[in-house]
Amino acid sequence: MAPPDFTPVWLTLKLAAVSTIILLFIGAPLAWWLARTRGRLRAPVEALVALPLVLPPTVLGFYLLVALGPQGIIGGPLAALGIESFAFSFTGLVAGSVLFSLPFVVKPLQSSFEAVDAGVIEAAQTLGAGPVDRFFSIILPIAKPGIIAGAVMGFAHTVGEFGVALMIGGNIPGKTQVVSIAIYNHVAALDYGAAHILSLGLVVFSFLTLLAVSLASRAGSPWRP
Amino acid sequence: MKAAFTYHAGKFTLDAAFTAPDKGFTALFGPSGSGKTTALRLIAGLIRAPDGYFEVNGHVWQDETPGIFVPPHRRRIGYVFQDSRLFGHLTVRGNLDYGYRRARERRLAPDQVIGQLDLGELLERYPAQLSGGQKQRVGIARALLSSPELMLFDEPLASLDDEGKREILAVLERLHDRLEIPAIYVSHSVEEVGRLADTIALISEGRVTACGPAGEIATRLDLPLARDEGALAIVSAVVESHDDAYGLTYLAFPGGIITAPRWRLPPGSPARVGIHARDVSLALSRPEGISLLNVFPGVVKGVAPVGPSSALVSVAVGDGAVLLSRVTRKSVDALALAPGRHLYAMVKGVALAR
Repeated sequence: MAPPDFTPVWLTLKLAAVSTIILLFIGAPLAWWLARTRGRLRAPVEALVALPLVLPPTVLGFYLLVALGPQGIIGGPLAALGIESFAFSFTGLVAGSVLFSLPFVVKPLQSSFEAVDAGVIEAAQTLGAGPVDRFFSIILPIAKPGIIAGAVMGFAHTVGEFGVALMIGGNIPGKTQVVSIAIYNHVAALDYGAAHILSLGLVVFSFLTLLAVSLASRAGSPWRP
Repeated sequence: MKAAFTYHAGKFTLDAAFTAPDKGFTALFGPSGSGKTTALRLIAGLIRAPDGYFEVNGHVWQDETPGIFVPPHRRRIGYVFQDSRLFGHLTVRGNLDYGYRRARERRLAPDQVIGQLDLGELLERYPAQLSGGQKQRVGIARALLSSPELMLFDEPLASLDDEGKREILAVLERLHDRLEIPAIYVSHSVEEVGRLADTIALISEGRVTACGPAGEIATRLDLPLARDEGALAIVSAVVESHDDAYGLTYLAFPGGIITAPRWRLPPGSPARVGIHARDVSLALSRPEGISLLNVFPGVVKGVAPVGPSSALVSVAVGDGAVLLSRVTRKSVDALALAPGRHLYAMVKGVALAR
C-alpha cells in the first residue's frame, strides 16, 4: 500500500484559508445589512444567500462553470480583457467555495449582529464614538463569538465540499484536486487504504472543528455569569 | 437653550418649542406617550427633524435653514438612559473610560466622579453583576465623565424598584447642587419634578403647553402638575439659622420664616422647599394655641375644583411665593374662598428642602 499523496491536503487547507478570509470580508457587511435593514430587499437577499443550503452543489458548480467560461457573463468580459478564464483553476475554486459557503458564514454573523442592542450603539454615539469607532469598540467585541463561529464554519465547510469543486475545479492534481476529490479518486481506483487515511483525517478534523465552535460559543460570553 | 422641532412618526406628531435657561434642571413633564422621550432624542440628534432647531450655551447644534446638523457623537451630551444601556462586554471601569477617553476636553477626573457616586467597589464588575440602582449610578458617572455641555436624563428612575428610586433620586439631588452645566430631565413623576426641576416645560400630545420657572408652573391651577395627587409648591428660601437645642432649621422665604427639621446646609445657603398641597390647611383668622409652627398670612389667588369632593386653592404668601392647599369643596363654600380673600395658610409639614 503506497502512502497517499498529501498534496490535496495542503491544497484544501490553502483553499479553505483563502475562502474564509474572503467570506468574512463579504459576509460581515452582508450580515450587518441583513441584521439591520427592514427594507423590501431583505427577504429576497436572505433567500438568495441561503440557496446553497438546499441546492445540489453540482447545480451551483454548473452555473458557475457556465458563467466563468469564455462565453459566460463573467468569463466573456474577462476574456475580452485578456484575463485567463477562472474555470478549472484555483481562483475558480475559490469563487465556487465562497458562494457555496456563504450561508454558513452569514447566518452566525447575522444572528450575532442582531444580538447587538441598538440602544447600546446609541449610547456609544452619545459618548462621542463615530461610526467606525462604534464598529470596532462595540459591535465587533459583542459579536465576536458569532464571528469566530462563522469563520470556523466557513473554513470547515470549504474543506468538506465536493460537488462545486469537481464542477468548477475539475480534477487536476496539484492544482484543483482537493481532499474530497482525492478520496473519490482513491475509492474509484479501489485504493481503500489511502481513502481511509484521508477520510479519517476529515472526520477527526470536522469533529474537532465543531467541538471548538461549541466550546468557543460557551466561553465567548464570560461577562454573562 | 432654545428648542423647536416638528417631527412626524406614523400617526404621532411632535410640534414642540421651548426656551429655557442655560443652567439648572429643565424638566420635560408629561404623561407617557406625550412625546417627551422623542423630544430628548431630537435634542441629542439621535433622530433628525427636517426643520429642527436647537442651541445651548450659544452653540447651535441644529439649524436646518442653513443646513446645520451636528451628529450626536460630536455633540457634547451626557445622555442617561432609562435602561442604563451599559456596555455588557466591558467592566464598570471600561464603561467609565469609554466616554472619558473620547472627551475632547476633560473637566472631571475619574477618581472624583467615582468617589462622588460611590463606585469604587464596583469598578471590576461587569454590568450583569450590578443592581438596577448601581447600573444607573454607573450610567450617570459615564455620562458625566464625557465632560458634556448638556446632561440629558430620560426617566432615569422609571425602571428601578423603590429602593433604587430613593438611591438615584438622592444622587441626582446632590448632582443638581454641583452641576455647572444645564440638564434636561424627562419625567412623568410630580415628585421627581418637584424635587429637581428649576424650569418646567409641560408636554401634552406632542406640544409644549407651558414653560417657565418651576415654582410658577407647579402652582398654576389650570395646569396638570397642581392637579396631581402629589401636587406641591416649590419656594426658594435661604437658610437663616439653626436651632440645635430643638434640632430645627429656620429658612427665610418671601412669606416669612419656615421652621423645618435640622437641615445640613450652612446658614446663608440657598435652599429649595417643597410643600405638598395636602399638607396645607386654611384658616380665616390667625389660629391660636395650635402645635403647628408654620403659619403664613396670604391672599387667595385662585380656586379650582378637582374631583367630586376636593378643591385646590392657590395662596400668595409674600412677594412671589405661592402655596397650594387641597381642601374639600364644602370648606370652599363654608369659608367663602375666592380670589382676593385674606386668610392664613397652616403648613403641617415641610416635605423637603434642598
